[in-house]
Amino acid sequence: MIANFGSGVLFITFLVTLYSVFAAIYGERKQIPALVESARRAMLLTWPLLTLTSLILIYLLVNDHYEVQFVYEVTSRSMPIYLKVTAWWGGQAGSLLFWSWLMAAFASLVTLRKWERDREFLPWVIVVACITLAFFIGMNLFFESPFKQFYQTFNGVAAYSFKPADGVLFRPEDGNGLNPLLRHPGMIIHPPMLYLGFVSFVIPYAFAIAALITNRTDDRWIRLTRRWTLWAWLFLSFGLVLGGRWAYDVLGWGGYWGWDPVEIAAFMPWLTGTAFLHSVMIQEKRGMLKHWNMLLIVLTYALVIFGTFLTRSGVLSSVHAFAQSAIGPLFFGFIALTLIVSVALILHRWSSLKSETEMTSLLSREALFLLNNLLFMSILVVCFWGVIFPLISELFSGQKVTVGPPFYERATSPLFGALMLLMGVAPLSAWAHSTVKTLGRALWKPTLAAVAITVTLFFTYTQKIGALIGFFLIAFVILVTLYEYWRGAYARQRSQGENVFTALWNLTRRNRRRYGGYIIHLSMMLMAIGILGIEMFQRETQGTLKHGETISLANYELTYREIAQWDDLPSGVNYRRAVLDVYENGEYLGQIAPRIDYYYDSEQNMTIPGQRSTFRDDLYVLLVDWEPVGESGATFKIFVNPLVNWLWLGSFLFLAGIVIAAWPEKETERAAVTAGARLPQKQTSAAD
Amino acid sequence: MCQQKFLRVTYYKLLLGAIAALALSFLSSVALAQGPTPTDDEVNRIAKQLYCPVCESTPLDACPTEACRQWRDLIRTMLAEGKSEAEIKQYFVDHYGVRVLAEPPNRLATYLIPAIAILLGALLLFRGFQMWMKPSKARVAVKTAQTSAPDPYVARLEEELKKQK
Repeated sequence: MIANFGSGVLFITFLVTLYSVFAAIYGERKQIPALVESARRAMLLTWPLLTLTSLILIYLLVNDHYEVQFVYEVTSRSMPIYLKVTAWWGGQAGSLLFWSWLMAAFASLVTLRKWERDREFLPWVIVVACITLAFFIGMNLFFESPFKQFYQTFNGVAAYSFKPADGVLFRPEDGNGLNPLLRHPGMIIHPPMLYLGFVSFVIPYAFAIAALITNRTDDRWIRLTRRWTLWAWLFLSFGLVLGGRWAYDVLGWGGYWGWDPVEIAAFMPWLTGTAFLHSVMIQEKRGMLKHWNMLLIVLTYALVIFGTFLTRSGVLSSVHAFAQSAIGPLFFGFIALTLIVSVALILHRWSSLKSETEMTSLLSREALFLLNNLLFMSILVVCFWGVIFPLISELFSGQKVTVGPPFYERATSPLFGALMLLMGVAPLSAWAHSTVKTLGRALWKPTLAAVAITVTLFFTYTQKIGALIGFFLIAFVILVTLYEYWRGAYARQRSQGENVFTALWNLTRRNRRRYGGYIIHLSMMLMAIGILGIEMFQRETQGTLKHGETISLANYELTYREIAQWDDLPSGVNYRRAVLDVYENGEYLGQIAPRIDYYYDSEQNMTIPGQRSTFRDDLYVLLVDWEPVGESGATFKIFVNPLVNWLWLGSFLFLAGIVIAAWPEKETERAAVTAGARLPQKQTSAAD
Repeated sequence: MCQQKFLRVTYYKLLLGAIAALALSFLSSVALAQGPTPTDDEVNRIAKQLYCPVCESTPLDACPTEACRQWRDLIRTMLAEGKSEAEIKQYFVDHYGVRVLAEPPNRLATYLIPAIAILLGALLLFRGFQMWMKPSKARVAVKTAQTSAPDPYVARLEEELKKQK
């Protein structure tokens, strides 16, 4: 009954989004402002409606309504309330609803802003947002309904959206329970973050399409959506980092990133989004690359839809899985349609998107930004190819293949290296005009220092050539960026008489975009230290120990002390927990306790590593196996992951950098936005 | 006495048996003569390069399922039999298909297409540069005066730095 009510509300929401699309188009074409306003209000209605739908689903989840298929699949009686609520996005149907709900929230937010000056954009932003919304709600309604219920018929028990004629409602005693892997706090926040990133990229896309349709192809749509894009990027990036942390803490293979198709699906819009963030600056500053920016945001949108679809459906496992899933062809149809329409629009407006200025130097900032875009696109190509190659291979040769980390690592590491080099050079180059001489003058000091650091590392830390190149690039970027900071602060210090900290503070405050960007660059380098550490220097060993026996790896010795097993009946979990003493070069450091959690409802094991984390390295211990009877002991797998902590440290700095760059600036920027056209004299205050 | 004799006979028999076994094992397999069963690390070194034939994108060394444990034991047995790394990998490919390998066996096909795409992109960009640069050359004298003024922010900064020095 309640489930049917949920379906009903969802259906009404679907109609509302369709109405909104048609009212907006018709109102715009016939110039009836009241109809456009009606479309806007209809769109504002979608969020409360979807909130109601979601509340109904949450009610069903929390109250053990196992006659509902989705509830049966993702919850069980033993799960605590908060997990039952977050099971909302624990399965495909629910996560599609969650996606729509977030999307509606963002669409509402964007329509609530002041529209006086950009009124002509409004109907088209509504159209794009509501078509997207209608697609997802339709998916939810007709193919992946979270409100399907079990009915007993003559043919057995099956899930139906409507009660079959001879059906009797069937209610299982208990549910399947959420996949234990998804019960981790990281997994509770990770999908919402990722989805927030996904849906907020729809907004700049909607504005881009609106700009194309209305032929307002100056950079106004970019200025209007700049902050949206930054927030979208923040959420997406943070979602990716959280996913990595979750994998590190839960998946039990000693790493955080396995180049799995699902991970890559979320990484691809990040790549185009990052390229977009950089290349829009060229359009703002120099009025160039308008086609390219349009293409980038279109591509990002398509990849967002692609990513949403991939992360939950698992269709990439084989061509057959794809053909069998009802929503696979629909998703691809939708992506193809948006791509065709968007590209057709860009072609239609091709001439009005012409550059206003010309490239004057291959070493200018804009030329380097283009190179940056090329590199991001190249990484995208590698990723996309790796994801679809198994499908192509199966389709054409019938041979199933795996494209695993070796391919991605080999193919992307030179590209990432080149990106880092650019990250060091580009901030010191000037717009429009740079020469080898000016660049050389700015770069020689940081370069020399980076070489010195690399030589020191060669004698003290590592002789691996790949690692040394990596460390050189990291040092180079960090030093260049700090040097830039220092020059800015030094100038302020002298001219304004401020002390170092005030100078740094004011410098950042007055040029949020530039210095926020630099902080992001620095944070990327900290992350790069972590990535380099684990990629280049990870060590592992495995061994079976009896009580009191010791295993050693790198500087560490671990002595197996004890193991205990107990049931936590209310939660339906069995814990097996081993304790080891940790020594480093004979000195006692403490204890480490890896676990295996067995979930009775879903009959799954979860391997929780014991971790000891420092900025030098992580000691990461897994309990692999254990014989409960006899004295054969327990098997442990031990990793030493050097420097990996810098990855997490970097991600915090990264957050800070984005918040600084995206923080609303007061008068100056708003003036620039409302003024519409590019104002050269305002560039100083908007900085970059 | 009788017992002692019996013991001695058994002792000889045992000794003979042991020698025979040793000789046999030496002849039949070098690995057995080499020493103890392979360590977990030796097994994992190979398992790491293989993908679990049943689970999606999970390397065999990290896969917790029972099936994978048995496959790891199989690797151990094969190592003990003296099989080489290549032979073991080939065995898995023969039995479960090439998807157990972390990379498609035909490397050229895997790397060629993205490499071509990237080169094409680079070429396109280079052509773009040329196109952008060409018209500006004629007007470069006029243009530089207008557009080459460096970033005003940087200019101000340089100026202030100079002033202080």
